[in-house]
Amino acid sequence: MQACRESNPSEVIEPMASISQNAPVNSLPDFRNLGVMLRILVIVTGLTLLAEALKNNALVRWLEASAAAIAFVLPVTIISLLILGLATAWLRRIDYRAAIAFVVIIELAVVTATVQFVWVLLPEDNSLTVLVRYWLFTVLLALALIGYFNLRNRALSPALAEARLQALQARIRPHFLFNSLNAVLSLMRAEPRRAETALEDLSELFRVLMSDNRKLIPLEQELELCRQYLDIESLRLEDRLNVDWRIEELPDDAMVPPLILQPLLENAVYHGIEPSARPGTISIHIQRKSERLEMTLSNPVPETTRPQSGNKMALANIGERLQLHFDAEATFATRSEGGRFEVRIVLPYVKGVI
Amino acid sequence: MSGGKLRIAITDDEAPARNRIKNLLEDVSEMLPIELVGEADNGRALLELVEEHPADVVLLDIRMPEMDGLEAARHLQKLEDPPHVVFTTAYDDYAVSAFELHAIDYLVKPIRLRRLHDALSRVRSITRIPLDVLNEMAPDARTHLSIQERGKVQLVPVAEILYLRAELKYVTIRTAQRELLLEESLSSLEEEFGDRFVRIHRNCLVAREYIEAFEKESQPGAEARWVIRVRGVNEKLPVSRRQQSIVRQLGKKAC
Repeated sequence: MQACRESNPSEVIEPMASISQNAPVNSLPDFRNLGVMLRILVIVTGLTLLAEALKNNALVRWLEASAAAIAFVLPVTIISLLILGLATAWLRRIDYRAAIAFVVIIELAVVTATVQFVWVLLPEDNSLTVLVRYWLFTVLLALALIGYFNLRNRALSPALAEARLQALQARIRPHFLFNSLNAVLSLMRAEPRRAETALEDLSELFRVLMSDNRKLIPLEQELELCRQYLDIESLRLEDRLNVDWRIEELPDDAMVPPLILQPLLENAVYHGIEPSARPGTISIHIQRKSERLEMTLSNPVPETTRPQSGNKMALANIGERLQLHFDAEATFATRSEGGRFEVRIVLPYVKGVI
Repeated sequence: MSGGKLRIAITDDEAPARNRIKNLLEDVSEMLPIELVGEADNGRALLELVEEHPADVVLLDIRMPEMDGLEAARHLQKLEDPPHVVFTTAYDDYAVSAFELHAIDYLVKPIRLRRLHDALSRVRSITRIPLDVLNEMAPDARTHLSIQERGKVQLVPVAEILYLRAELKYVTIRTAQRELLLEESLSSLEEEFGDRFVRIHRNCLVAREYIEAFEKESQPGAEARWVIRVRGVNEKLPVSRRQQSIVRQLGKKAC
């Protein structure tokens, strides 16, 4: 009893501590990420249009001035993104303030170089005051963007922690837990060995559910978890549950967010297999398409008068986690067609260190 | 009750869950005179089972394919001497709170020997669940209608019903094969099965999927009337003036 009381608080504190450790609130965005790049390009272009609108009140002049300004601003932005993209890994390792200083210096250098280049082509008003105006604009814009990404990061971090908590509370249906325990109990007397295996599978599943679920894991590990989960389910559903695995050309080092497939399988069993007395097949298709992993999962939609509740939750949860991990680089789509419900996930092929 | 032994039937769609209860019943039999009359894997199978082998108690799982436990319990009440129902459930917030509210016996899975023993030993002293409570608890439309016939329960799958027609204090159920009389009101049936049936007349509900055609029929010496031809039977049902627009819209959608 004593030991039990002592171990409890540390179990509670640990995950919270690791959240704040692993997701430093102050950090620059990943400049290699497509979503980050798009956001920066859109914001910069938008601000340029706005700045020109303040200067010019006639529509034609505004358009002309904007075109000229964007022709200048976009190359600067793209060159900066290339440099920052190369430096991202290093930038995120060093101190946040040093990183900001580095970004500002890079921006000033790129702007100065571009301005000099333009002056060679079109000798215009090449006084120092003009250059200083550009510098001022650049520094303000760079800081505003960094501030924006910092705020966005802060806004999303609690969601990350919450998603992890949801893994514990909402992902595994209590219904599944108690039915599985019941099935294991039924095996105890007649088939103690099968009961042993089932309990091992069950504890493996809960170990993953209760662990830190924010780091990517090898895809093979997730697939193993799925197999263990399906073994538990076939214990009680017996031949009603059929699974068709199709896994093609899968690289060993592919990394995925943990619990990206298992909750979808649980959904498929709950909505596609359990409500029907007849056997049904869940199919899982995973393939690599150059730099993308494509996972498709489908289950039959039984003809039943009562729609099962609680479908949206698990799906929304996975969509949100994919967005947190990959932003615009992952897609998540569902559709109902020909008596089957299909979930399709496309995510970038991330190589892990083995 | 044969020889004073408590006759028990088990219903659960999962074989391991049934095995678990059988194991526990073996243990209970050392303390109580009980007898297992059979097991079923859904509500409809249970109704067939208890007709052949009458039971004093049925252990009834709630979530099952084909026909769930709550619906099976409603049909069981049509028996002359319905068995006592003890619901079993793994986890079902809403059902459990309803059970508490109406003092209905239930067991949570995994079931404990002690709880099963207690439930079975007091079962004879407990009054049966009133039908209206069961009706109120089940939120979904039934999959079957049931009729009592010579002490037996006849089940009619709702999917096979062509139309329902009110006649005095009964409702006639028409399927492709037969006609049966049901002691329920047409308006409550309309409320329950509104998705499936459309009212074409003050006294008649027709299954949308069995409407074959909507046509005008001339009558000698009277004004022409609209009728519906029903698929599967050679019958025409009159459509009242008030319902014509609704039925016509339905016809357009079908075409």
